[in-house]
Amino acid sequence: MPRITVTVDGVKYEEDVEPRLLLVHLLRERLGRTGTPVGCDTSNCGACTIMLDGKSAKSCSVLAVQADGCDILTIEGLSEGGRMHPMQRAFHEEHALQCGYCTPGMVMAAIDLLREDPDPSEETIRHGLEGNLCRCTGYCNIVRAVRRGAQEMGQAVNTP
Amino acid sequence: MTIQEIGRPRKRKEDAKLLTGRTQWTDNLARPGLLHVMFLRSPMAHARITRVDVSGARDLPGVVAAFSGQDLAAEQGSLPCAWPVTEDIVIPDHPPMAVSEVRYVGEAVACVIATDRYRAADALEAIDIEYEQLPAVLDMNEALAPDSPKVHESGNQAYSVKINSGDIEAAFRDAPVVVDRTYIQQRLIPSAMEPRAVLADTDGESFTLWSSTQIPHVLRVMLAVVTGIPEHRLRVIAPDVGGGFGSKLQVTAEEVLCLLLTRRLGRPVKWTESRSEGNLTVHHGRDQIQHVRLAADADGRIRGLRVSLLADMGAYLMLLTPGVPTLGGPMFNAIYKMDAYEFACTGVFTTKMPTDAYRGAGRPEATFGIERTIDELAAELGMDPVELRKRNWIRHEEFPYTTVSGLTYDSGNYEAATERAMSLFGYDKLRAEQVDRRDRGDPVQLGIGVSTYTEMCGLAPSRWLGEANFGAGGWEHASVRMLPTGKVEVITGSSPHGQGHVTSWSQIAADALGVPFDDITVLHGDTAVAHKGMDTYGSRSLVIGGMAVLKACDKVKEKARKLAAHALECSPDDLEFEAGAFKVRGTDSQKTIQELAFAAFTAHDLPEGMEPRLDSDVTFDPENYSFPHGTHLCAMEVDTETGMVKIRSYVAVDDIGKVINPLIVEGQLHGGIAQGIAQALYEEAVYDADGNLLTTTMADYLLPSAADLPSFVLDRTESPATSNPLGVKGVGEAGTIASTPAVVNAIVDALRPLGVRDVQMPCSPERVWRALQAARQGTREGAGR
Ligand code: FES
Ligand code: FES
Repeated sequence: MPRITVTVDGVKYEEDVEPRLLLVHLLRERLGRTGTPVGCDTSNCGACTIMLDGKSAKSCSVLAVQADGCDILTIEGLSEGGRMHPMQRAFHEEHALQCGYCTPGMVMAAIDLLREDPDPSEETIRHGLEGNLCRCTGYCNIVRAVRRGAQEMGQAVNTP
Repeated sequence: MTIQEIGRPRKRKEDAKLLTGRTQWTDNLARPGLLHVMFLRSPMAHARITRVDVSGARDLPGVVAAFSGQDLAAEQGSLPCAWPVTEDIVIPDHPPMAVSEVRYVGEAVACVIATDRYRAADALEAIDIEYEQLPAVLDMNEALAPDSPKVHESGNQAYSVKINSGDIEAAFRDAPVVVDRTYIQQRLIPSAMEPRAVLADTDGESFTLWSSTQIPHVLRVMLAVVTGIPEHRLRVIAPDVGGGFGSKLQVTAEEVLCLLLTRRLGRPVKWTESRSEGNLTVHHGRDQIQHVRLAADADGRIRGLRVSLLADMGAYLMLLTPGVPTLGGPMFNAIYKMDAYEFACTGVFTTKMPTDAYRGAGRPEATFGIERTIDELAAELGMDPVELRKRNWIRHEEFPYTTVSGLTYDSGNYEAATERAMSLFGYDKLRAEQVDRRDRGDPVQLGIGVSTYTEMCGLAPSRWLGEANFGAGGWEHASVRMLPTGKVEVITGSSPHGQGHVTSWSQIAADALGVPFDDITVLHGDTAVAHKGMDTYGSRSLVIGGMAVLKACDKVKEKARKLAAHALECSPDDLEFEAGAFKVRGTDSQKTIQELAFAAFTAHDLPEGMEPRLDSDVTFDPENYSFPHGTHLCAMEVDTETGMVKIRSYVAVDDIGKVINPLIVEGQLHGGIAQGIAQALYEEAVYDADGNLLTTTMADYLLPSAADLPSFVLDRTESPATSNPLGVKGVGEAGTIASTPAVVNAIVDALRPLGVRDVQMPCSPERVWRALQAARQGTREGAGR
């Protein structure tokens, strides 16, 4: 069995994994990082979205062995010192979650979207989140939350 | 002065854990020695099982056991149907795991229990099973023909009901206008984002079942009956549940089987479905053929309505399968006055996944049928569809109003909601633009769709449910406990899965008890904690469950008043309750409810006969359903060259009575409207000619993404419900019920001058284009099929 090394939410792990093991199952079942859920088996829903070396990735479509040597950030590692990330706060403020099952992936995808466009229009947000499905919110408040998150993150960067 | 919590857009208490991943989805849970279950599922729509051999699977590493249906036949019982709508309904035996015959693709035929899910999946491949194919039964009309192959020995008709009111023959005889339409309510897959999961464990005597369910309480009773595990030895827990929309209002094969497996093996077992397994085996929704006939006078006054439904039950009757279409029975007449009404519904067996409740359950279908037909009548008469509605709807001064189908609508104001919606929408301006585009022969035409819906919420009173042969009551339970430190526990029998009960119930209790919002916790979803409940469906949580919380608070306050009077040495009548304290009128002396909670706890000085507790335990059972209503308007651009449709604007003005939390209400409407639009434009569960489901994945079954939907403009009008003291009506399903006909009406309205009279849902570009082609060629296919 191949041995891999991954850093997840700041903690380093060495694991022997079957070559077919999905990264999302490594996270959930071996490392106990159950904050990242699974919503489909065809890479369509985006519920499992994490940051892999700083870019968003669907952890159900990555094999654990492919993540060897990578730095992984999950929703559980996003808050710092007990303080939520501005995007998490924006989702709360705008009521952008109901059941919350899509939320970890949605927040990750939203943050990734802002890497490319720190001040996205509604249109850009809607297209940027195309790979993340939500069955509860109708997306209206998610769009609002991403706008708010963008503003707050922009401010956070601009404030000296 | 304390701030009033009711009506305040409180941010949700639920959010923090969901946003930081500290969730308790059933699949997150583990127990020492946990085993994983996987099911082998039938690849045939209809077949006899001639041989099953699971021994190959048993021999593989990591496999603890494997069973066929035959192995479990003696103990597995039959899945329950709790709504036998008629005396002579046929309820076929429904083994959780097929023993001798399979009747839909996806039915479980064997299972493997292994140390991890990968090994379990491997072992499924080693099961040897042979089938002898039987004919699939897929089309409802064909299924009812005398020579059709049979799904069950007893035939393909499950039941037939008819209700009648007024002289329907007279209403249609010599009617100047009769509109006669047939609509297909396509089959839908509810698609909650959290797939189902079940975990079962036992200590040898008692059993605990965790399930991604909407109905832990109902489930416990039903599982006890099916498995023979005594109810008092069975605890059911619904931990965090990731959406339901009716799909988790079910007693499933997998829940029963996991309990049986843990009983057999003496070890904890868990099953988590994959999405493709879920698309096959989570009950489906809708699936009706609706024949709607509307008779009217030349000035548009409705004389009578005749509805005849064929409702696809699928292969078996599950928990509420037969009842769902009959919920439309009292609803097709909607907000309109008429002389006579007839409703007939036949439930038909096919070799497909059973149908059951999906957001709105029976009411979206009815609303679609009537709202589409009203627009068709308007077109026939050359009238504006809003004007036609005005001529026929119940005027606000006529409430309470008993409808032709026998329901009494307690309150409403259709005029106000419609007026507000039209002004937000810019109705006249859009109509002018429509005329302009028509005149110019613009390839992109504009359509305006109207939906003035109402619905009935609550699924209570219990007495009426009894009359409808529903297998349970309609009450809800709540307890309120003042803890010694003055904090409050609210226990609710409703079982949330995204609706925000914890926040809304806290607001109700905060106002009633005068305690801070943050001092309240709400417990739910565990039969050992919330010992009584009817759970969450039918937009009933707030109207019934929220009311129970209010009543429970009132009862606590009454006890506290007696205790305060004793402590302050006055009569209870001399006390007034304000901002969480009992004050002796006209003096400064007072006791806060927190002080009284502590006094009740120490019990050092209680009035004679008072028990040392400040808590209560109540149920609420209303007098009537509640009837939200509203007006939804959709402006749709339709490209007549490509069939592409684009929602230009969507306005919804809803009257859901009093509002506890406007933020949550808005969220429910957004999501509801999106799901209704999804039925109109995107979603359909498709079976091929052999009965194979083609839409097993999210790549094939088109759930709309953010890019597929617009933002919605919402507003509210408010006619408080009179059937409950909170004045609330329920909002969980309203959006879904309203939006589907608004969208399809808009598409047809855009294309009507081109000869199109209907487009079958989902109105994909191809369907729209084909309807246009057919209309151009002047064929009857202009109906869009
Ligand atoms: S679980 Fe659906 S995309 Fe990964
Ligand atoms: S909040 Fe439930 S799926 Fe998005």
